[in-house]
Amino acid sequence: MSGAFAAADAASISHAKPSGHGLSTLDLLESEAIHIIREVVAEFERPVLLFSGGKDSVVVLHLAAKAFWPGRVPFGLLHVDTGHNFPEVLAFRDATVERMGLQLEVARVQDYIDDGRLHERADGTRNPLQTLPLLDAITAGRHDAVFGGARRDEDKARAKERILSLRDEFGQWDPRNQRPELWNLYNGRHTVGQHLRVFPISNWTELDVWRYIEREGIELPSLYYAHEREVYRRDGMWRAISEVSLPNANEPTEIRTVRYRTVGDMSCTGAVESDAATVNAVVREVTQSTLTERGATRADDRISEAAMEDRKRDGYF
Amino acid sequence: MSDAVLERPAVSTLFRFATAGSVDDGKSTLVGRLLHDSKSILADQLDSVTRTSTERGFGGASGGIDFALLTDGLRAEREQGITIDVAYRYFATDQRSFILADCPGHVQYTRNMVTGATTADAVVVLIDGRKGVLEQTRRHLSVVHLLRVPHVIIAVNKIDLLDFSETAFAEVADAVRAVTDELQLGAVHVIPVSALEGDNIVQRSPRTPWYTGPSLLELLETLPTTDELEADLEAFRLPVQLVIRPQGAVVVPAEDADAYRDYRAYAGQIASGVVRVGDTVTVSPGDATTVVTGIDFAGASLAEAVAPQSVAIRLADDLDITRGAVIGAAGSVPPATTDVTASLFWLDPRPLAPGARVLTKFGTATVQAIVTAVTGKRDLDTLALEPADGLDVNDIGEATLRLASPIPVEPYAENRRAGAFLVVHAQTGATLAAGIVVSGGSATDDDHV
Repeated sequence: MSGAFAAADAASISHAKPSGHGLSTLDLLESEAIHIIREVVAEFERPVLLFSGGKDSVVVLHLAAKAFWPGRVPFGLLHVDTGHNFPEVLAFRDATVERMGLQLEVARVQDYIDDGRLHERADGTRNPLQTLPLLDAITAGRHDAVFGGARRDEDKARAKERILSLRDEFGQWDPRNQRPELWNLYNGRHTVGQHLRVFPISNWTELDVWRYIEREGIELPSLYYAHEREVYRRDGMWRAISEVSLPNANEPTEIRTVRYRTVGDMSCTGAVESDAATVNAVVREVTQSTLTERGATRADDRISEAAMEDRKRDGYF
Repeated sequence: MSDAVLERPAVSTLFRFATAGSVDDGKSTLVGRLLHDSKSILADQLDSVTRTSTERGFGGASGGIDFALLTDGLRAEREQGITIDVAYRYFATDQRSFILADCPGHVQYTRNMVTGATTADAVVVLIDGRKGVLEQTRRHLSVVHLLRVPHVIIAVNKIDLLDFSETAFAEVADAVRAVTDELQLGAVHVIPVSALEGDNIVQRSPRTPWYTGPSLLELLETLPTTDELEADLEAFRLPVQLVIRPQGAVVVPAEDADAYRDYRAYAGQIASGVVRVGDTVTVSPGDATTVVTGIDFAGASLAEAVAPQSVAIRLADDLDITRGAVIGAAGSVPPATTDVTASLFWLDPRPLAPGARVLTKFGTATVQAIVTAVTGKRDLDTLALEPADGLDVNDIGEATLRLASPIPVEPYAENRRAGAFLVVHAQTGATLAAGIVVSGGSATDDDHV
């Protein structure tokens, strides 16, 4: 992302249409997301954006930059670092923070494991371990609104979550007792200890996100695009070799051309074989894909049919 | 599957619709069928649903797939075979991208219907063709009518169980038309469908040769959106969300920074109408008039903007404008008032009694209010207003409210976004009701301004 929308770029990013007939899907989704981001900044004391360097959080940050132009993004970023993140994604995260002059808080799962507040799971995945550091960081930062890049098309439980989603002081989501969300009037009222999770791109699909990245020329970590990597096959996915994701003896390694559709914890995120090395090629590939992005690449969501629902109830993203 | 089928459009109009009806009517099956037949279900989702269907011994004409499993998201829903809450689905065809609000009909149908219908360009009301128009159908249509959803589609389902009989369909269709005429619903489309077998969902069915209208999906692909319909009808309104005033802390290149030193713009999503640079506008509360000198969007200067674009507007005069103010086409903004007569869709289990102190949110303005009186409750079968002294959950009634500070309210019948508001519990923050303005103001308005 450029981090700045100079007046000189006006022609290249003007997508406004001369009448109500003809705003594109992306224009409408963008407009909705910016409205949500502005509402939350206007009504909350200390919003923060969960920023992993993944494409969805990068898109939310881009929307925030557009929402407040020519001013700066009026909130900071929070990253829950599992300790198993891809190094190139962390480098991208830090470069983005630096370029845009933002504040970044990092909550480290490793710290919690080191001092015994959390224990490593037998299966080695650290995604479920993020909840406690996340909630502690929200409490310590007194954040009353927490932006995230979750989308409703990702998962059946997320399909039922509100754009502004109330969490109690334990961070829990109560799916059976959600506030009705009416017109474009968002209700962010909450009591002491409660906070809201805010998902401005709830209504975007994976393809919308990629088309938007293409249209806006948004920069992403390089592993979203096809590259050669030493990988091995596990659970029907190509897994990268790293300290935390080593192949077993019966899992031969090979060099493949792959890319990542989602960027999470290295211990549970798989790559897909792909020669899509540019954003245009990725858009084409996503258009034709017959698998959902989570089904293709996330071992953690295969644990049970309600894996995401259970984690969300406990305060997960 | 060919690429042509899966190819989705880069530019298309986003169309939002809601489905209403109960599980027994086959609504989940209809939604699942729509997603499946429009090739919007990806292989891993289909595998998962097929596996679960087989485990539960589901058979039948759909090839062993329980389509309802595609849409029931929560553990309790799958276990109990019910749908708890509004779920959102996304699919696209060559013509359009769709956002579907899937509203369950059983429990709290008003709450779910209202939630889905407030943002819908169309509502698809499902009827079991064997049962015809039920009380619930009338209630769904009443909500659709009161919320002014532009398009109503009645899907007469289970036409396969009626042996694809034209006579049987005509009987149901006539009964539906009687209700929609009575409610004075404008554009109503009635389609014979079989959600289970796919007739007239995506493709027109050869088994209903007597039906010459479009399939459900064809209809959804061609109906105009609310904003398209109303762009030229409603006057320009921008509820101000916040003032963008970076005071030097700007993201533009250093050589341009000077030009933005005194930058001040009013950010918001255009609620209705069109605004152009050079337009004369009125700011409310108050009645200051000024001229639009710029419409900015992230570095782009626009000559004009339309609902529902999110923009930032610069004005010729330095006015005291804060969040909650409304910028509107000159002379079109009604005077701010503290007295409102409204219809309330009561959504909270705690009943409403007159005298209740609440918060209301109109556009971007949140103000305290007192419900001064409940003047009646709608009989949802006849829509007649009956005497009432309070409202219970799922009731739709009329009430008068007094606001703590004046707001330029407008009848919902004239301007959808400017006439809609939330009623919120002041302590817990719960959303208590969806409100629509019937009328605002009284002769004593000037006393408050």
